Amino acid sequence: MDLTVLDSDPVSEGEIATETDVKGCSAGACGSTDDQVSQLPESIREKVQNHPCYSEEAHHYFARMHVAVAPACNIQCHYCNRKYDCANESRPGVVSELLTPDEAVMKTKAVAANIPQMTVLGIAGPGDPLANPEKTFDTFRRLSAEAPDIKLCVSTNGLALPDSVDELSKHNIDHVTITINTLDPKIGAQIHPWIYWNNRRIYGEKGAKILIAQQQKGLEMLVDRGILVKVNSVLIPGVNDEHLKEVSRTVKSKGAFLHNVMPLIAEAEHGTFYGVMGQRSPDAEELQDLQDACAGDMNMMRHCRQCRADAVGLLGEDRGSEFTLDKIAKMDIDYDAAMKVRAVVHAGIAEELAEKEEKKARIAGVVVPQSDSSQGLDLPPVLMAVATSGGGVINKHFGHATEFLVYEASTKGVRFISHRKVDQFCIGDDECGEKESALAGSIRSLQGCEVVLCSKIGYEPWEQLENAGIQPNGEHAMEPIEEAIQSVYQEMIDSGKLNETAQPMEESVSA
Amino acid sequence: MSLEIVESCVNCWACIDVCPSEAIAMGDTHFVISAKKCTECDGDYADPQCASICPIESAILDAEGMPLNPPGSLTGIPPERMEAAIKEIQLR
Ligand code: SF4
Ligand code: SF4
Repeated sequence: MDLTVLDSDPVSEGEIATETDVKGCSAGACGSTDDQVSQLPESIREKVQNHPCYSEEAHHYFARMHVAVAPACNIQCHYCNRKYDCANESRPGVVSELLTPDEAVMKTKAVAANIPQMTVLGIAGPGDPLANPEKTFDTFRRLSAEAPDIKLCVSTNGLALPDSVDELSKHNIDHVTITINTLDPKIGAQIHPWIYWNNRRIYGEKGAKILIAQQQKGLEMLVDRGILVKVNSVLIPGVNDEHLKEVSRTVKSKGAFLHNVMPLIAEAEHGTFYGVMGQRSPDAEELQDLQDACAGDMNMMRHCRQCRADAVGLLGEDRGSEFTLDKIAKMDIDYDAAMKVRAVVHAGIAEELAEKEEKKARIAGVVVPQSDSSQGLDLPPVLMAVATSGGGVINKHFGHATEFLVYEASTKGVRFISHRKVDQFCIGDDECGEKESALAGSIRSLQGCEVVLCSKIGYEPWEQLENAGIQPNGEHAMEPIEEAIQSVYQEMIDSGKLNETAQPMEESVSA
Repeated sequence: MSLEIVESCVNCWACIDVCPSEAIAMGDTHFVISAKKCTECDGDYADPQCASICPIESAILDAEGMPLNPPGSLTGIPPERMEAAIKEIQLR
């Protein structure tokens, strides 16, 4: 029902933890960088450090995969239509290849051998993994034995969770994600119209009440056993938006280490209740406000890409088509040999990440310098969007960007806020008829940003961005993101743009 | 006395695990109920289990050929509303 979870391999885990310990000045203390992981208690930090889903940094290096072994579901969600896939975490309309546990194990080993960066295997659907206990636990059992260097995770709606906790604790599954959209049966009935419980279909508030009780009980049981719990919530404007703050407080007080708020995806063509009934999705600003309120400083899920239940690869990419069953059947995998290669690759990545960490700490140590004129003034923060294909540098052409990473620059430093998906307008030479409106679409997705940094940009989009009050900037191609943003912010301070007026950009539009 | 699964079934596997009579199997294009084995859950449960968990409206019919979960009963989407949405999408 939702995203996946998981963590790192033991080899690199140890190394990273050591590096971070020595570093001393952690990001939190310096009020800069987006490295929320370092603010976690050490026991948890070790577990999530190399996890692509938890660290904006790590997700450029470590990959995750989901295997679709769990088709059945035991509840109905208004954002889901079972005629496609589970809409919560999957792009609807693309049907995944359902795997048997045997096939899933084969696929996992094939991917792990070919993509050594793959550290995390999740089961997230397409139904509810715990409503398919045999298939899910069979897969976990075999992988724990045959591929011990892969971490396992599972996502659930929580209904069957209390019954599964014993089994989960056997398989060294240290991360479980529960989708909890509400604590109130009245709200629950507006999101989950029925559940299947004790051999009956139970509708409305009565069903929602049972679901909520099971979720909370499962959460408590997992925390008792020392299993990490992440909570996902789908933000549904007008239904559970304000209420999510209470959800956040409650689940954190019960010991969930992270609360991840995801936007509702609702389109009529998905055939979901919300899609057909015209329920709107939250806009980017609404989502950010709620994420700020719920996550506080813990914004490490902001890069969450709401992956499909059968995604393979780095976050934001899907290499699933390279690993279809017929292709895997032709691969001859020697997993013991592969594990050796994987260990070397993981150690290399750990080293690179540690170097970057150090560099970040250095940048964080430098307080953003301010011009004389601005001294004593409260300078406003600025949102900047970055086109990147990973590696922590600005390396993507504006027209090829399918998503932007949004950062906030302020006198306190630079922090990662979110990623925003855009429609590609530069699809190919024959698509130019669509160009203009699609460009307008990507400009709309940059709402709230004052600057967009990219490696290159065409003349036409440049002009239109300027007209929309967004300053394009191609001067920092191939530079590390945080440093570039900091220097652009500094330029804005120096030019007096920030203290002249609260909204310098809007002025230039109306002029 | 038997229920029937028709082609709107999306092969989600939910029913097969809850049937007390092992009456359900994967067919060529969708799951099917063996008329011989199906007991309509009589003696085991108050409600037919397959129809209590199936998420797809009209996928399971009773002995008279009537859907056990008629349109709108599971998704909450009024059938007229669904039809209107489909028409609108087709016009795009
Ligand atoms: S009605 Fe009961 S016995 Fe018949 S197929 Fe459905 S679950 Fe099985
Ligand atoms: S539960 Fe319904 S949709 Fe799923 S396999 Fe059975 S008949 Fe088909």
